[in-house]
Amino acid sequence: MQLNSAFQDPHLCRALLQRLETALNGRSMRFMEVCGTHTVAIFQSGLRSLLPASVTHLSGPGCPVCVTHDAEVAAFLDLAGRDKVIVATFGDLLRVPGPDGRSLKHAQAQGARVEIVYSALDALALARNNPGDLVVFLGIGFETTAPTVAATLLTARQKKIENFCVLSLHKLVPPALRALLDDASCAVEAFLLPGHVSTVLGLAPYAFLADEYHMPGVVGGFEPADILLALCIMAEQLRDRAPAVINAYPRAVSDTGNARARALMEQFFTPSDALWRGLGRIPRSGLALRPEYADLDALIRLDLRLPETRPLPGCRCGQVLKGQLRPPQCPLFGKKCTPATPVGPCMVSTEGSCAAYFKYGEH
Amino acid sequence: MCLAIPAQIVELQEEGMARVRVGESHTFLTASMMLLPEPPHVGDYVIVHAGFAMHTLSPQEAQDSLAALRELAEAMEGSPAQF
Repeated sequence: MQLNSAFQDPHLCRALLQRLETALNGRSMRFMEVCGTHTVAIFQSGLRSLLPASVTHLSGPGCPVCVTHDAEVAAFLDLAGRDKVIVATFGDLLRVPGPDGRSLKHAQAQGARVEIVYSALDALALARNNPGDLVVFLGIGFETTAPTVAATLLTARQKKIENFCVLSLHKLVPPALRALLDDASCAVEAFLLPGHVSTVLGLAPYAFLADEYHMPGVVGGFEPADILLALCIMAEQLRDRAPAVINAYPRAVSDTGNARARALMEQFFTPSDALWRGLGRIPRSGLALRPEYADLDALIRLDLRLPETRPLPGCRCGQVLKGQLRPPQCPLFGKKCTPATPVGPCMVSTEGSCAAYFKYGEH
Repeated sequence: MCLAIPAQIVELQEEGMARVRVGESHTFLTASMMLLPEPPHVGDYVIVHAGFAMHTLSPQEAQDSLAALRELAEAMEGSPAQF
């Protein structure tokens, strides 16, 4: 498709790399992306090997699977053990280890009913086809995914499908960026903002980056020229000491986002505190179902609790997610922890930074 | 998981659903259009995430961005390559 493939043109990328070198003028730049698709795109396209040595690429908490907390996985396992419950989930959550190393995959092997779905609507179809069971959809994801779950809840209401509910553990990107910036050990100089989350949010929720933290924030696409353009804009903002939040992906993101998707999300969900792997509890960084939808809320309907847990022994995913440690610096990386036998979630998801480092050979 | 894919609408169906073609491939999906702010048309390009179209891609914006990048590339032609 011309709309994207034209942005892979090496000719354009060379020009952008030159513009980046000029803007940097020998200075260094540490940027962080907060989107699993960016992580993979930067490795897959070979951009990492082309970037000037003075540019440091950090992968932040942008993979919903990777930031899923042990306590949340424990709740999934609790659900999977219940009678007459079918757990419906996106596939990449299946292998995320919980506090005792068990995952939904283990539970499934032991007879639990765990079904992989591509869309929350598929989980609703599962409920329609299994009227004697309660289908619980695991609501994991950021602002891109939450509206799709809200739309599914609306459909469940309209079609009067009552054996369906959601365990809402959705997370919000802007509060996580703020938490990272408030952490004294954070050495990020600019953010590459997530293209897909921004289709929903638009630019306004990121304004605090420039206003309060004097930090450039650029919404970027996923083709090599898109990413390089975003890096050029960051470098120029840093050079000119003029931080701003900019949309460098206008073909897919409008500055005002998708108001319809946000309205639907707000109809069903309300901000709540959430647990992030590596970052801990962040105030108002998650989405809980509104009290009037208690019948759609798995936490209430099944009286679920998120237990206190201890971190996985030896796993350094938390520091990786904060950009404090590169994956190969973790003692488990490539030894005990590989994509075939992951210890931590950053190795489980194909979009996790450990999995990307492993797959693309940066050991 | 935050994966979203560009796709072209090939057929509008009942209940806000549409059949879409993924990229230029021979893969087709059924996706819901209910999150789009404007009613979609056959031939529109959309970004699909987890079975829902999230946004209509703008060919005009794509052309404008490309034109600006190509202008930059031409302006850089004259300067010596650094790699």
